[in-house]
Amino acid sequence: MNVDRITEKLNILADAAKYDVSCASSGSKRKNENKGLGNASNGICHSYTEDGRCVSLLKILLTNHCIFDCAYCVSRKSNDIQRAAFTVQEVVDLTINFYRRNYIEGLFLSSGIFKDADYTMERLVRIAKKLRTEHKFNGYIHLKSIPGASDELMNEAGLYADRLSVNLEMPTEAGLKLLAPDKNQADMIKPMGYLKNAIIQRTEEKKLFKKAPIFAPAGQSTQVIIGATPENDSQILRSASYFYKNFNLKRVYYSGYVPVLADSRLPALNTSVPMVRENRLYQADWLMRFYGFKVNEIVNDSQPHLDLDIDPKLGWAIRNMQAFPVNINQADVQMILRVPGIGLLSAQKIVSARKFGKLNWEQLKKMGVALNRAKYFITCNSTEFERRDLTGNNIKQFILATSQSKYLKNTQVQLNLF
Amino acid sequence: MMTTLIYDGTFEGLLTSVFEVYDRKLNLVNLQKTGQDNNALFEDKLQVITDDERANRVLKGLKQKISSMGLQRLYAAHLAEMDGEENSLLGYIRYAFDAGQNIEENYGNKFVMRISEMVRMVRREKHRMEAFVRFQKLKDETFYAAIEPDFNVLPLLIRHFKSRYADQKWIIYDIRRKYGIYYNLHDTQYISLDFANVSKPGDIVAAFTEDEEIYQHLWKNYFTSVNIPSRKNTRLHVRHIPKRYWKHLTEKI
Ligand code: SF4
Repeated sequence: MNVDRITEKLNILADAAKYDVSCASSGSKRKNENKGLGNASNGICHSYTEDGRCVSLLKILLTNHCIFDCAYCVSRKSNDIQRAAFTVQEVVDLTINFYRRNYIEGLFLSSGIFKDADYTMERLVRIAKKLRTEHKFNGYIHLKSIPGASDELMNEAGLYADRLSVNLEMPTEAGLKLLAPDKNQADMIKPMGYLKNAIIQRTEEKKLFKKAPIFAPAGQSTQVIIGATPENDSQILRSASYFYKNFNLKRVYYSGYVPVLADSRLPALNTSVPMVRENRLYQADWLMRFYGFKVNEIVNDSQPHLDLDIDPKLGWAIRNMQAFPVNINQADVQMILRVPGIGLLSAQKIVSARKFGKLNWEQLKKMGVALNRAKYFITCNSTEFERRDLTGNNIKQFILATSQSKYLKNTQVQLNLF
Repeated sequence: MMTTLIYDGTFEGLLTSVFEVYDRKLNLVNLQKTGQDNNALFEDKLQVITDDERANRVLKGLKQKISSMGLQRLYAAHLAEMDGEENSLLGYIRYAFDAGQNIEENYGNKFVMRISEMVRMVRREKHRMEAFVRFQKLKDETFYAAIEPDFNVLPLLIRHFKSRYADQKWIIYDIRRKYGIYYNLHDTQYISLDFANVSKPGDIVAAFTEDEEIYQHLWKNYFTSVNIPSRKNTRLHVRHIPKRYWKHLTEKI
C-alpha cells in the first residue's frame, strides 16, 4: 500500500463529501447471520467532529471528477481543484479495516459523475457487491444514486445497500435550474419513484417468502440545501412533506449552505452558515414525523418563515392559545405532545404514571418536563398554576427571558431538539 | 429505630438483605456496602451474610411482582455500582413487594423514578462504550481495546460486540476495574491481564501488526478532513465526547 498516496486521496475525497449532512446509520435490520463481519441495526455515532456532527459512516466520494457544473458544489467541473479517484479495492479495504477497529458503522459512498451516470453508478454498485459477497460484510451501506442511472443498476444497488438516496439539492425546480443547469428534477425523481415501488414490492415478497432477499431495508432519503436560493421555509417544508408522502422517504436532510465558491448566483463567500434556520427546519420536520403536526400548522402563507428565536412547537402554541391549558391528568397523548417543554419520552411517562394517581408539578419535573416552558400551557394536580391571563406574546417574552443564553447570546450553538 | 444493613455488594447479597428486612420486620433501614462503613456507633448494625437460597426466594417473589424486563432493569442498575444508591435499589424492591399492583411504570414514585434514571445513565454509558471502543490489531490477529467507563458496564457489552465482530478475535479490557472479556471466535470469557511486565508504552506498540499504525493514521486524517471549520462548535463537541474519554480515542490522541 502506498500510504502517502492513499492518505492524499482520502483527504481529498472525504473533504469533498463532507457537505452531505446525512449520517444516519439506523433503520436497517441487517443481522450477522453468516458469521461474517458486522451488523447494521443500532445507528451508533462513533465520534463527533469539532463542529459537533455525528461521525458514523466512512463518508467519501469515489471520485471528485465531474462532468457537471453545479454552482453550489466544490467538485463542479469549472472549479480549479485537485482531483482524485479511489479504486474499487481501495474503498473496500478502507471500509473493512475501519469497521474492524470499531471506527464506523459502515460506508456512505457518493461520487462525482465521470463519463456518464451508469458508468459511475456501476462502480458504486460493484463496491457494495464486493463488500457483501466477498467479505461477508453486514455493516451499513448507504449509496448515493447518480441522477439518470438505469433501473437495472438501481435494482442491483437496492440488493446490496441498506439505504439509497438521491439529493434533490434545491427545494424547488426553479432553484435547481438556476444553480445546477446540467441537472433536471425529472432525472432525480425518476430513480426515487423506481425505488419506492421496488421497496414496496420487495417488502410484500418478503412477507410471503422468508427467503426473498432484503432490498434497501433502511429505505431512501434525500437532502436539500438551505439558503443558497431564496425559497422560504414554507416552500421547503411543503416540498419535504410532499416527498415524505409520495416517495415514502425515511428522512429529508436540510443542509445549511456553506459558502465555498464565489459565484454571482450564490450568497457571498463571507455569508455565515444559516445554522439556526437549519435547526428550526429539523425541529419542524420532527413535528411532522413524530408529533402529529401537519405542515400547514407549522408554516403557511401568512407565516411563510419559521421563527428564528423560538422553536416551531412553541410558535404553534402561542398562535393557538385557545387550545390551552391542557389538563395533564386527562388530556389524550396527542394533545400532551403538543405542549411546549414536553417531549416524546416525558409524554409517554406521563400517560403511564397517571394511571397510578394524579400528577403534580414536582413529579412532572422529575419526569423530564421543562416546566419553565410547559407551565404556561398546562394544569395538573395542584392548586398552583399560571393564573394570569397572558397573551401568546407575553409568554414568548417570559420564556425568552429565562432561556436567553440558549437562544440569543450564542446563535452559533446548534440547538437541541426540544 | 434505624437499622444499618451491610452487604457484600453482590446482587444475591442485595436480595438476601431484602429477605432480612422482611424476616426481621425492619422498617427504617439504611443499606450499605462493606467498606462504606461510616462508624455511626449508635445505630443498630447488621452484617448480611449472602445466602443463595434466601436470595432465590426473594427473586422468585419479585418475579411475581415485576416483569422480566423490570427485573433486567433492576439488575442493570445494580450492576452499575453507583455510589450511595443501595437504598434506591432496596426502596424499589420493597415498594414492588408492598404495592398491590405492578409499579414499574409509576414514575410518580421516587424509587421508580430514581431506578429509571439510573438505568438511563447505565444505558448511556453502555452506548458510549459501544461507540468509543477502539480496537487495535495485534500480531496474533486479536483486536484489543482498553476502556475506562464511569460504571461497570462491561458485562452489558458482550452481546453487542459478540454479534458484531463474530469473525475476529477480540479483547475489551476495563483498566479501572481490572478485568476484561475475550472472544475466541466461539465464546466469550472473563479474563484478567498482567500488565506488570509492560512498563513502556513502546512494548504495547511492538505487539501491533504492521498496518495498525497505517490505519490509525488514515483514521486520524479522515477525522480532520470531515471537519467544517466554519461550523466549529467546541461546546457541542465536548458535550458529545466528554474529555475523560479522549485518551482511548484514536482520533483524539
Ligand atoms: S453532479 Fe454532483 S458532484 Fe457533480 S457538480 Fe453537481 S453536485 Fe457536484
